[in-house]
Amino acid sequence: MGWFKPKAEKTAIPPAKALWAICPKCKSHFEKAVWKANNAICPKCNYHGRLAVRERIAQVADAGTFAEVFRAVSYSDHLAFHDATGPYKAKVEATIKKSGETESIVMGTCAVEGHPVMLGVMDFGFMGGSLGTGTGERIARACEQAIAERRPLILFSASGGARMHEGILSLLQMAKTSAAIARLKEAGLPYISVLTDPTTGGVSASFAMLGDINVTEPKALIGFAGRRVIENTIHQKLPADFQSAEYLEKHGFVDKIVERKDLKKFLAKMLNYWGF
Amino acid sequence: MTAIEKVKLARDPKRPHLKDFIREICSDFEELHGDRLVNDDRGLIGGFGTIGSEKVLILGHNKGATVEENMAANFGMANPDGYRKAMRLAALAEKFHVPVVTFVDTPGAYPGKEAEERGQAEAIAKSLEFFSRLKTPVVVVVTGEGGSGGALAIAVGDRILMMENAVYSVISPEGCAGILWRDGKKAPEAAEALKITAHDLAALGAIDEIVKEPAGGAQKNHRLACANVKKAILKALKELKGLTPDALLDARYAKLRAYGNFF
Repeated sequence: MGWFKPKAEKTAIPPAKALWAICPKCKSHFEKAVWKANNAICPKCNYHGRLAVRERIAQVADAGTFAEVFRAVSYSDHLAFHDATGPYKAKVEATIKKSGETESIVMGTCAVEGHPVMLGVMDFGFMGGSLGTGTGERIARACEQAIAERRPLILFSASGGARMHEGILSLLQMAKTSAAIARLKEAGLPYISVLTDPTTGGVSASFAMLGDINVTEPKALIGFAGRRVIENTIHQKLPADFQSAEYLEKHGFVDKIVERKDLKKFLAKMLNYWGF
Repeated sequence: MTAIEKVKLARDPKRPHLKDFIREICSDFEELHGDRLVNDDRGLIGGFGTIGSEKVLILGHNKGATVEENMAANFGMANPDGYRKAMRLAALAEKFHVPVVTFVDTPGAYPGKEAEERGQAEAIAKSLEFFSRLKTPVVVVVTGEGGSGGALAIAVGDRILMMENAVYSVISPEGCAGILWRDGKKAPEAAEALKITAHDLAALGAIDEIVKEPAGGAQKNHRLACANVKKAILKALKELKGLTPDALLDARYAKLRAYGNFF
């Protein structure tokens, strides 16, 4: 039915898209500059949108303190995976080239209001923030280095779940990261998990839900199974706020919803309470 | 046999399921119920039993052979209450130094409203953390369908055994095909690409041992299939018996740590 979409209309869409940001929660339109100036937070409904990974690090780490680690730990194409749209290798290499990142989590040591920590921030822009073998390896190494250096661990998650392109070994990263976190906790070190929009699937069902405290931002999507999968299984419509940060807080699975502007102070305050 | 043919075999309702294994392998078994919080999940059940001369805790997904059995057991799809029950019973086994044997056979954790409200993600996460540090041997047998996080939640252990025609995957071939091929009918291609058969997983280091099945598959001869599984479990238990709890945990961590460490 190509005649419904004349070429002229197609060329008319991109400039409009380039100017406007649409809040995915309340569907309000804003100029992109307004959205950006408001720190990717909806001025109307207070949905805390996705932040670029380096922007997040800049907002959490004290200026000039972030020292990235494990950058050489990248993806692995041990299955030589190939789907309808082509090889995984080509896709992930293109992502690396475009983003400058080498995996879906950026890890480093830094200070948060003077508290030394190990900080990891997931990048939803990198293969949907999916948990690959490199991601899991970075988290496991981060836990081990944190134990050696007596640093608290803070992880910001943003992910659709395990990375299918790396098969069973990506699933097993859920177990590997959870085991590494268990050892960190046994060593008496704090782990703060910040679940940002969206944190679902195998990431919510592993390290993201294992924080000594689990923190999130307003209206973040957090859940295990996808809304559509659940609706198709139970043949019911789910409430609009299902799997929202507020819903999870109500049901007792996150400790606190913290506004982005208050987040750094909150993290430092908690570390301070615990003597770190 | 192609990967998708194995998937069909792994899902064959006539394959031996948890209750068949218990009946064939254990000389006695006492099921224990409930998570002490809200519920007694039927998708995942557990209890103490005897295999040969070994006293063990058995945990497993509870698939059935008939629609009625499957309805009652939620088709082997566990709720958070199931994983919490598993942890409760495993802690009891640990207290008395009783080894744990798990049977993995599930399409996945149950995707339901209450499951999410009661923390499906948290229950699975906690289970992974918990079993990684459990101070008693854990032997895992993937007997049919190892469906993603819902399977993995009771598949962290010291020895991972897998039946010859079982499959174990990060996502179902249908789910993967729907996302990466945008067409659920491409499941055969997805099944191939995901490398989910016992032989593929052994090559990847994701499992330790393949348990042989009778010619044509376990559904053809339950008795023989179960006997092979019993032998493999007893061998694994014997190997793990001499280890101190600390040595056991160190070895388990090293095993988990090695999964996909290409770097």
